[in-house]
Amino acid sequence: MSGAARIGPLLNLLRSLPLPRRRLLASTLLGAGAVLAAVGLLSVSGYLVSRAAQRPEILALTVALVGVRLFSLLRASLRYGERLVSHDMALRALGELRVRFFSALVPLVPGGLGRRGRAELLSRFVADVDRLQDLYLRALLPALVALLAGSASVLIAFLLYPPAAGVLAGFLLAGGLVVSWLGRRAAREAGRRQAAARAALTTALVETAGGAAEIALAGRESDWLARVKTCDRALVAIGRRDAAAAGLGNGLGVTLAAGAAVAMVAVTLPAVSDGSVAGVLLAAIALLGLASYEAVAPLPAAAASVDACATAAGRLEELTSVQRPIPEPPASGPEPADGPLHASGVNFGYEPGSCLLEDLELRLAGGESVAISGPSGAGKSTIAELLARFLEPQSGSISLGGVELGRLSEERLRGLVLLSAQDSYVFALSLRENLLIGNPRADDEALIGALGRVGLGPWLADLPGGLGAELGEAGANVSGGQRQRIAAARALLSPARFLIFDEPTAHLDREGAEALLAELAREAHLSGRGVLVITHETAGLDRFDRSLTLGAGRLG
Amino acid sequence: MRELQRRLNRSGRAARLQLGATVAIGAVGTVLIVAQATVLAQVISRAFMEGAVPSELVGALLALVAIALGRGLVGFGFEWTGRLGAARVMSELRGRLVERILFDRPGDPDRRAGAIAAAGVQGVEALEAYYARYMPQVALAALAPPVILLWVLPRDWHAAAILALTFPMIPVFMVLVGKLAERSVRKRWSSLTGLSNRFLDLVSGLATLRAYGRAEAQVETIAAASDEYRVQTMATLRVAFLSALVLELVAMLGTALVAAAIGVQLASGTLQLEQGLTVLLLAPELYAPLRQVGAQFHASTDGLAAAESIFEVIDSEPLVRGPSAVAPATGRVPDPACEPLLLRGIGFSYPDAEQPVLENLCLRIEPGESVALTGPSGAGKTTLASLLLRLADPTAGELRCGSADLGEIDLHAWREQVAWIPQRPTIFAASVRENVALHDPAADEDEVRAALAEAGALRLVEALPDGLATVVGEGGRRLSAGEAQRVALARAFLRDPSLVVLDEPTAHLDDETASAFDAAITRLLVGRTALIITHRSALAALADGVVELRHGAACRVPGGSSPTSAPPQPRELEGTLT
Repeated sequence: MSGAARIGPLLNLLRSLPLPRRRLLASTLLGAGAVLAAVGLLSVSGYLVSRAAQRPEILALTVALVGVRLFSLLRASLRYGERLVSHDMALRALGELRVRFFSALVPLVPGGLGRRGRAELLSRFVADVDRLQDLYLRALLPALVALLAGSASVLIAFLLYPPAAGVLAGFLLAGGLVVSWLGRRAAREAGRRQAAARAALTTALVETAGGAAEIALAGRESDWLARVKTCDRALVAIGRRDAAAAGLGNGLGVTLAAGAAVAMVAVTLPAVSDGSVAGVLLAAIALLGLASYEAVAPLPAAAASVDACATAAGRLEELTSVQRPIPEPPASGPEPADGPLHASGVNFGYEPGSCLLEDLELRLAGGESVAISGPSGAGKSTIAELLARFLEPQSGSISLGGVELGRLSEERLRGLVLLSAQDSYVFALSLRENLLIGNPRADDEALIGALGRVGLGPWLADLPGGLGAELGEAGANVSGGQRQRIAAARALLSPARFLIFDEPTAHLDREGAEALLAELAREAHLSGRGVLVITHETAGLDRFDRSLTLGAGRLG
Repeated sequence: MRELQRRLNRSGRAARLQLGATVAIGAVGTVLIVAQATVLAQVISRAFMEGAVPSELVGALLALVAIALGRGLVGFGFEWTGRLGAARVMSELRGRLVERILFDRPGDPDRRAGAIAAAGVQGVEALEAYYARYMPQVALAALAPPVILLWVLPRDWHAAAILALTFPMIPVFMVLVGKLAERSVRKRWSSLTGLSNRFLDLVSGLATLRAYGRAEAQVETIAAASDEYRVQTMATLRVAFLSALVLELVAMLGTALVAAAIGVQLASGTLQLEQGLTVLLLAPELYAPLRQVGAQFHASTDGLAAAESIFEVIDSEPLVRGPSAVAPATGRVPDPACEPLLLRGIGFSYPDAEQPVLENLCLRIEPGESVALTGPSGAGKTTLASLLLRLADPTAGELRCGSADLGEIDLHAWREQVAWIPQRPTIFAASVRENVALHDPAADEDEVRAALAEAGALRLVEALPDGLATVVGEGGRRLSAGEAQRVALARAFLRDPSLVVLDEPTAHLDDETASAFDAAITRLLVGRTALIITHRSALAALADGVVELRHGAACRVPGGSSPTSAPPQPRELEGTLT
């Protein structure tokens, strides 16, 4: 909830995005047409009854009678058309926004975002991208419709009686700009003032929900309930004043809408009285005032939407303008010869000046299995990300077969070194599709074999749907342990020359962990690939050719 | 959707008064609309037909200005009281959310604190539009049209007939179209949510995709999925927007028909212009409240999605029979340090879950005995622990302490005798002292120190800048996993429980820290009954016996006892009856 949404990033975004010109124009025309059809319906009705009151031949009313019906039909169909075209436009824009921001995000993940809170960052990223589609539908379109339909209404008023047009323009501007400005200011104020109270309530709720068992066991339920209620009351008290501000904006809008017709009639009365405007037009002018306010009525909501989009755009810009953790890899590079993955003299720290890893030496040859253990926070995962070139060392060299990793193209590098990370993700796809990410060319036999090696054979046999079973949202249908085993199977399927596993057994029980570690160590000897396992386990490491310990930034 | 709305409206009763005031203000607004139409028609008709000069109409014009201001006031009041009412409902919902969590489901293992906070703050806020505007508007849409119709009837019964006939067509058609739309929407809904979640799924798994060199290839997948989503959504919207089309069509055609009818009557001289204009001005206002309902519903749909996550919690089944349900007939609370714990045919399943977590489990834990509970993940170890702590009550079987059924003992009296050290204890944003003395904020400072010393944490705490008064947790000093465990251990020592339940207390500690921890746990176990869930053999070795839980059934492991314990006791192997 940023109180000060800056429009800058939004404008930058607008400039760089392909504007859906044709659809935006079509929606604007349809939307303005719908407003003007209502204006036409009411104004012509006003003229119709005034003219009828002069008791002419009924034939003299035919045009007006036809016009009224035509406008009423037009109104409904134009509105329907506008909704369809504009939603189609917004959904197309959403597709483009997603592609664009996804592409911008690719080089930053995982190295550029840090490890803490990455999941929340990414889900907010998705919500922000989705929010931006409102820019077209809820901000840009109402503004354009207001401009077009408002101007056209003023023009009609001008043709009827120019001073009335001036009055109408004044009311429309006040309604469109002043009410929007007031509403936007009130909403910002509210957001700013409520931010602290809202944060306090969030903290209280997180603690209450997270510590509910401890609170209940301590018998302190009422105290925590009271705490949440206190936070809630504080938020409500602030909200009460903000409700008044919002009410004021609403009231002003209603007054202006009702006042436009009255003011237009008031300025036209003298002209009717001196005969310069035909009295038969007076009702039409009044109804024109009543109907045309609809053009600007959605603007306050559009202004609020601009703010929400600006906040989202600002956050997205901040996220995607993070410095790339590694320089852009070359588009093509040499094919490295067979040879070890070799880190030499590597220094690394996340902050300038700090040093997590110091003068790191590590050599992983094909067919060799190495385990690295050490306390948490020692930098084990950092070694893995350096070797997979998700991070770049501040100094020192990491090479493969004598070629610096930085000289390899992204595609070639990923084909050679595979990092199966601790939080390796299971997609909401079928089991088969999840495994094929490891190697799209693997056949079902290979997939079943890999599952068997990681201890999922019995699970697969019982799994309804087998390889075709859907794994649900974020792997919700599988337990933490199964998720890790699936990730391990996927990595084993990959054709990469070096496999790096970061904490592949964190969610497994001891026997399971030992068996899986043994299988990973065996892979090196079976396939001649280099296997590096990073683990906090200490048991089961005797199966590895070498077992190293990381402490104080050094491997020993 | 309809079910959800009914649920929302039920919750709205909390603010009956405010919402009633909002509707009353809206009704005043309707009267002002009628007044405005009448006076405006009079002004126009007198100026046009009778040639009244402006000075004769000043009074009427001033009245119109006053009415416009009055309508503004109504607009202010409608929004203001609506929001106040909504705030009332929102507070009520938050309260019930927290009550359900704390009193009825404190041990719910599936709960994600972040999701609860999001539901309780943003989720509840998203409901504001529903309660502040949509609900009063629905009431107003039923109230305003009859008032307007009553005003129109004596002036022009033709127009009144047209309005009275067309107006009911709107709800009828909307229901028909709505039914059609709902069917088509429901058919597409699952594929639609699937497609819209695809992007979140790909972004969440981006690191994995990149590791496998498949990130760039996903750009096409996203483009294709977005396009499919658009095509399917548009197919749904084409039907969904039909109800708005019907509404608009009837309202506009009705107005046009009224205009034509008035015109014909005026031309034939059976109606006065003033009356005709009044009716013409009122015709669109008759349909306006219904159109507002449609618009407000549209605006409040964001909140409806959030409402589901809130009611999911509020309406979830209690896992524990609360203090209110207890009949403290005996009043005697058995002491698990003196009387054995008996589990007979215990079963537990979550409401709505297909598979029970525990089934027909039998186990006897002697007073003062410590039992290590092992078994694969998902076997129900943590659930069994929750039953002993009375964070949940079994759904089948008998859980007794001595001769007393646990379910009939006063909940708080039982919990006062137990201590629990989970995998990741919660450290509250408070001082170390308050965190240790969680159950008794008035505990003596020396006692807190003694408990910290027993837990091996006193030196650590005294090294903190403000000692015992140092604020830890969120917003304070962050504790490492090991430090947090020690605080939890001190909590247990201070409580001086008869029954101790440890749930993988060392799972997140490195080996060195874990073994230092074992010594303190050994002290804690002396003279107390204990259940220790662990995968670590060193910790399991502290127990007198080992019970293995497999697929919801318990099995004593013969001879699985610690080297320090007394000679292996005879084990009643009551397990595996399934």
